[in-house]
Amino acid sequence: MADPMKIRAQMKGDVAEVRVLMSHPMETGSRKEADGKPVPAHYIQNMTVALNGKTVIAGQIAGSVSKNPVFGFKVKGAKAGDKVAVTWTDNKGDKRTDEAAVA
Amino acid sequence: MDMIRRTVLKSAGATGVVAGLLATGMLMPTLAYADDWNKAAFEAKNMEGALKGIGADGVSDNKDLLLKAPEIAENGAVVPIDVTSNIPNTTSIAFLIAKNPSPLAAQFEFSNGAVADASVRLKFAETSIVRVVAKADGKFYSAQREVKVTAGGCGG
Repeated sequence: MADPMKIRAQMKGDVAEVRVLMSHPMETGSRKEADGKPVPAHYIQNMTVALNGKTVIAGQIAGSVSKNPVFGFKVKGAKAGDKVAVTWTDNKGDKRTDEAAVA
Repeated sequence: MDMIRRTVLKSAGATGVVAGLLATGMLMPTLAYADDWNKAAFEAKNMEGALKGIGADGVSDNKDLLLKAPEIAENGAVVPIDVTSNIPNTTSIAFLIAKNPSPLAAQFEFSNGAVADASVRLKFAETSIVRVVAKADGKFYSAQREVKVTAGGCGG
């Protein structure tokens, strides 16, 4: 199982600013090791951000996103104490969900 | 050529070459892809193909789509790109890097109160234009900027 995500959600006025740091190699499949062997493609393809169980952001990504992806989003209508859940799925079928409360 | 092929096929079962190929994703079983992942767009090898893949071919720039990107990126592996759409009813924003082997990097859909605003960190293989595309009320709008890269970011 991959390392946990770091999720920070803070209210700024009526908007929750959400910052997510994921732990993932995001290999495109075109990189080669020193010995010339290609490193297999291994990257997150889908991700969702949910506020109190409702999806607010649905993302499709691929290997051009940096290793250990960092994303910033903004969600209106949130309040302190609300639950933010982030889920990702990668091309190998691995999946991860982490949660945090809005501060 | 045939002899080599026969030998490879003979050893495939015994040595787990197939398993190895499976791990690289080259055999591409359908299970490897999540339900809703725009394969055609993500695997397009040029900007035109990628734009077509997300339905945005023919898109033109709009000043209400705000794109923030560094003029020069020292590390092409991690380039911060921020987008805010001031176009009403924006429902999605996509990020494309013209000179990357596969230009489409990401596409986000916003709903249930999410603001049309996203910050990402992208890999740039070399100096390239980054283009962001917003969808609003079924129409597409873009913004673009060149990012100069001193050290390419795809690890090649």
